[in-house]
Amino acid sequence: MKYLQLEKVEMIFDTKRGRFHALRDINLSVEQGEFVSIIGHSGCGKSTLLNLVAGLILPSSGAMLCAGREIAGPGPERAMVFQNHSLLPWLTVYENVRLGVDKVFGATKNKQQRDEWTRENLALVHMEHALNKRPTEISGGMKQRVGIARALAMEPKLLLMDEPFGALDALTRASLQDSVMEIHGRLKNTVLMVTHDVDEAVLLSDRIIMMTNGPAATIGEILDIKLPRPRKRVELADDAAYNHHRAAVLKFLYQRQRRPEEAA
Amino acid sequence: MTVLAMKKTLDSPQQTEPKSEKAVVIIPPVIAVPPPAASRFADTGRWVVRILVPPVLGLVLFVLLWALISKGSEGLPGPHETWLSAVELFSDPFYVNGPNDQGIGWNILHSLERVGLGFGMAALIGIPLGFMIGRFAFFNGMTAPIISLLRPVSPLAWLPIGLLVFKEAQPAAVWVIFISSIWPIIINTAVGVTKVPQDYMNVARVLNLSEWKIFTKILFPAVLPYTLTGVRLGLGVAWLVIVAAEMLTGGVGIGFWVWYEWNNLNVAHIIIAIFVVGIIGLLLEQLLLLMARRFNYE
Repeated sequence: MKYLQLEKVEMIFDTKRGRFHALRDINLSVEQGEFVSIIGHSGCGKSTLLNLVAGLILPSSGAMLCAGREIAGPGPERAMVFQNHSLLPWLTVYENVRLGVDKVFGATKNKQQRDEWTRENLALVHMEHALNKRPTEISGGMKQRVGIARALAMEPKLLLMDEPFGALDALTRASLQDSVMEIHGRLKNTVLMVTHDVDEAVLLSDRIIMMTNGPAATIGEILDIKLPRPRKRVELADDAAYNHHRAAVLKFLYQRQRRPEEAA
Repeated sequence: MTVLAMKKTLDSPQQTEPKSEKAVVIIPPVIAVPPPAASRFADTGRWVVRILVPPVLGLVLFVLLWALISKGSEGLPGPHETWLSAVELFSDPFYVNGPNDQGIGWNILHSLERVGLGFGMAALIGIPLGFMIGRFAFFNGMTAPIISLLRPVSPLAWLPIGLLVFKEAQPAAVWVIFISSIWPIIINTAVGVTKVPQDYMNVARVLNLSEWKIFTKILFPAVLPYTLTGVRLGLGVAWLVIVAAEMLTGGVGIGFWVWYEWNNLNVAHIIIAIFVVGIIGLLLEQLLLLMARRFNYE
């Protein structure tokens, strides 16, 4: 069964300067356990697509199903890792994660179990040493780790990530990508990630959704990445299949979907 | 560290020191310890010059100007005369000589009590009201015209209404404090609620938090700095208004005391009262700034 299914989804925003047709005719289905990336130039509506799946905004028309149920609003079963981590600055690392844990497992787990579950998830992203620190006291990479732990701790059926590593330096990004690959390998959760980094998309994904330029952006091409897991970034650097996929994405982005201002 | 660099640190900060002798003694045996000590001394010196000298100089000039003006004027007492009067006044701050003649301590405490009452009620009502206005657009639309109409009204214009409703001077004064300090509290809180980052609200929506959890975990801590700014402004207004309100209503209090001493033509006491009001206002403000710093998480 398709886990996530979007059919003929359209998104039109009513702005002060009139109607803006952001997305048109989005058809997409994602299998359980699949890691899918959405890539495209900025302004192509990839974050809008993610917000639709998250339920933060509702589509103008079309159908969206997650695990056979209509997406009518946000919910913890579709946890989101935000671009700028969005940790609450007045709560400690532990409390930030615990907030979601209490909400999702308040009825099914007792206090001690929830405490253990919170610590377990922070250990998963290697942040158990900073439980009682506030977000202002830890680095950007660490904040994003906590953001991932908060999302994972809700045991989401679908993990949504909106350019999760966009604001990080290259080395931190690589180490977090490895963590995400490791976690995905272990938990086999379904992931939908927005990115603008070609290497990141090829390295992490089972499939890459390539978006055409906006306005009225849609899915231009879908690329299957048939690389065996676990993947090692250093080995893949010389891998012919990897570079072939990489070239395919680059061609799509820089030849077929050149930005309008560059084409002119 | 080179000798040259060493010489530099020793040279520049303290010109008054007989440096040649010191430099000779220090350089050969130790390398690391003396230069920091010297520069720390220089740092304190620079700190004194930058932080302490301007305000002290300003105060000295102010007092000089005051002395000069009082020399040329007939009724205005100079700094020295005022100082002597203040020493006498504060040597017995808590005497009671009938209802109209009590020590400066009692006057201050009574004024603080009125401000505390009126301002406390303003905070108690204003903060929840501000949250409601910020959170619910409908409520905002309902209250916006009333607030914009009443906010610019001079605080003392409310006094007759208070006298009429409460039939007594004391609650009327508290009422004036209440009504004049509530506006900044409401408005800052409401603005704070609308300024809560959308990201935090999205977190709340993804987590599906209840309205109560949203309030305690997200809205309240996020808005607190704004609310505290409103509280600080409100308290400032309250302390401004109390003198005027007490002049009109009478009773024991710093404002009435000013009026009473004016009738006695004791101008030195009036000047003392001005300083007392200023210093207490300053202390209250600093207290709230301290509190605001504690709750600022940025």
